[in-house]
Amino acid sequence: MTPELTAAPTINLVMALTIGGLFGVGFYLLLQRSLMRVLIGVVVLGHGTNLLLQLVGGPPGRPPIIGDTPPETFADPLPQALALTAVVITFALTTFLLALGYRSFTLLGDDEVQDDLEDRRIARTRRPSASLENGDPDRDEDVR
Amino acid sequence: MTSALPTLPVLLPILGAALAVVFARSVTAQRVVALTTLACVATVAAVLLVRADRFGPVVAAMGGWAPPVGIALVADRLSGLLLLVSTLVALAVLVYAISQRIADFGRRMASTAFYPTYLVLSAGVSLAYLSGDLFTLFVSFEIMLTASYVLITRRSTVGTIRAAMTYVTVSLLSSLLFLTAIAMVYAATATVNLADLSERLDTLSPGLRTVLALLLVVVFGIKAAVVPLHFWLPDSYPNAPAPVTALFAGLLTKVSFYAMVRTQTLLFPHERPWTLMLWLAVATMLVGALGALAQNDINRLLSFLLVSHIGFMLFGLAVFDARGLSGATLYAAHHITVLATLFLVSGLITRRTGTVALDRMGGLAKTAPALAVLFAIPALTLAGLPPTAGFVAKLQLLQAGAAAGVATTTVAAVVIVASLLTLYALTKVWVRAFWGSPRPALEDPDPDDELEVGTARTPWPMYAATAGLVVVSLSIAAFAGPLSAVTGRAGVDLVERDTYQVAVLGSPGP
Repeated sequence: MTPELTAAPTINLVMALTIGGLFGVGFYLLLQRSLMRVLIGVVVLGHGTNLLLQLVGGPPGRPPIIGDTPPETFADPLPQALALTAVVITFALTTFLLALGYRSFTLLGDDEVQDDLEDRRIARTRRPSASLENGDPDRDEDVR
Repeated sequence: MTSALPTLPVLLPILGAALAVVFARSVTAQRVVALTTLACVATVAAVLLVRADRFGPVVAAMGGWAPPVGIALVADRLSGLLLLVSTLVALAVLVYAISQRIADFGRRMASTAFYPTYLVLSAGVSLAYLSGDLFTLFVSFEIMLTASYVLITRRSTVGTIRAAMTYVTVSLLSSLLFLTAIAMVYAATATVNLADLSERLDTLSPGLRTVLALLLVVVFGIKAAVVPLHFWLPDSYPNAPAPVTALFAGLLTKVSFYAMVRTQTLLFPHERPWTLMLWLAVATMLVGALGALAQNDINRLLSFLLVSHIGFMLFGLAVFDARGLSGATLYAAHHITVLATLFLVSGLITRRTGTVALDRMGGLAKTAPALAVLFAIPALTLAGLPPTAGFVAKLQLLQAGAAAGVATTTVAAVVIVASLLTLYALTKVWVRAFWGSPRPALEDPDPDDELEVGTARTPWPMYAATAGLVVVSLSIAAFAGPLSAVTGRAGVDLVERDTYQVAVLGSPGP
């Protein structure tokens, strides 16, 4: 695990641009209202991150298997292991978000991420009728 | 020194969780398993702390692979102390949760998910304190957060789902950023072992170091609710049941703060006070305290105070010398206990009055004097009045700030202002909930659900667990001398770095 083994001498521009694009799309989707789009954003962002981890491991086409490639030149296996772990974790959490979106759909009829409480409170001070729009009471008036 | 001991706080809860799943048919067995496991972990944590304090950091090399190649678990003074306090809090909250569940369900309904999830969360917290490399830290955060997602969404009501959406999305985003940071650190240094990194990062260009340091600040800043990245916390924590909120408030943000201290002191040391962190500390203290003043919901008020007091610890980190870090460590230990206690008391109040709205409560000092005492002590502790633990920790922070220059002295003044605002917010709770004329408890809107409210039927172990935490907090004040000696040595360790590097890598750094 010395630096000479891992680092590609130059940055692969195509890969760098792809990762940048994935991050851009991911963040754009994260900022959307619908949880479904947020979910896709998380998936895209996860792909970007995993690709970045792969890129860190060195240039492609040199599997880290002894006997296949000389050990001096083969790709660093550690980032691949990290990426594998990260893929599993992202997958599990994507499933969880999907379940959450479905639960929200059955309870509320949509999967929109709501305004937070302070936003609603400020909106209500400006328009007294605004709190009735959503049809469900705010939490601070809610009796648990 | 090398020992297998640091693996136990991680392995025991995982095994306990597995056992609890096996015993899904018998709630009693699940409860016994959970309690025994956490008691064992607390014992191991105490042993680890003593050994780390006497003989230096305890290192466990996984699978016999010596660091930096293999994964290392490291328990030094800082992680040992925080692990011990966190486990004690988790144990007390578990007692509270068990007795609440016995009272609400009786012995009939077996819940298969709660105890295993609780233990998994505890395993994640232990692993986060002990992990000696960045990627294990990432994995531990995922273990902890995934368990917390399950705990926060267990009551799947409209409010919970709404809260969980924000919480899960924000946590996921910060996890992905963490992964990005790890990839970049690895690309620059070809290692993820913290001790190894601390040597290799020194050779990088200052610009690259700054980028990596700030990326990690953002990652842990989101998880630790540092203003301006705090917005998710007051929206999500209050929606969970009281024991879960207490657990989250006590442990999760402090684990992130610990990760921030660990990475910044070990990887990116500063010679002088860190200006950016000073600004973040000021913003966090003031925004949190002012936000708390505007709240009527007791849990939201406490959540904002939680955010505010993260700022106090950030101040200790920003001073960046042994005294400041010692103060921050002591403050973290105090903060873990006191916030968990306050949220448990809030749970007791809600149970009694049937509401979280402060303006619908009143006269609790007459109707429930025990509750008033249980609230008053942690409230005074959080505000930092002598002779409580909050005062001791805050005094250390202020002394460190006053000794480190003009900028830190100015921020030390903000610490006092934020303490006064905290006191004001808590006085508001006291006046509205405990004084005034007694009001009848509100009806339980949902008599069949898990949470029983508006009842005076509260089992004594719930009070006992809360009182136990109050005792822990008071004993932090009583044993302030020996404790601050330990945190003082922890602060020196953090600044000098040699102890950690030598313990993990076995040879002195360059």
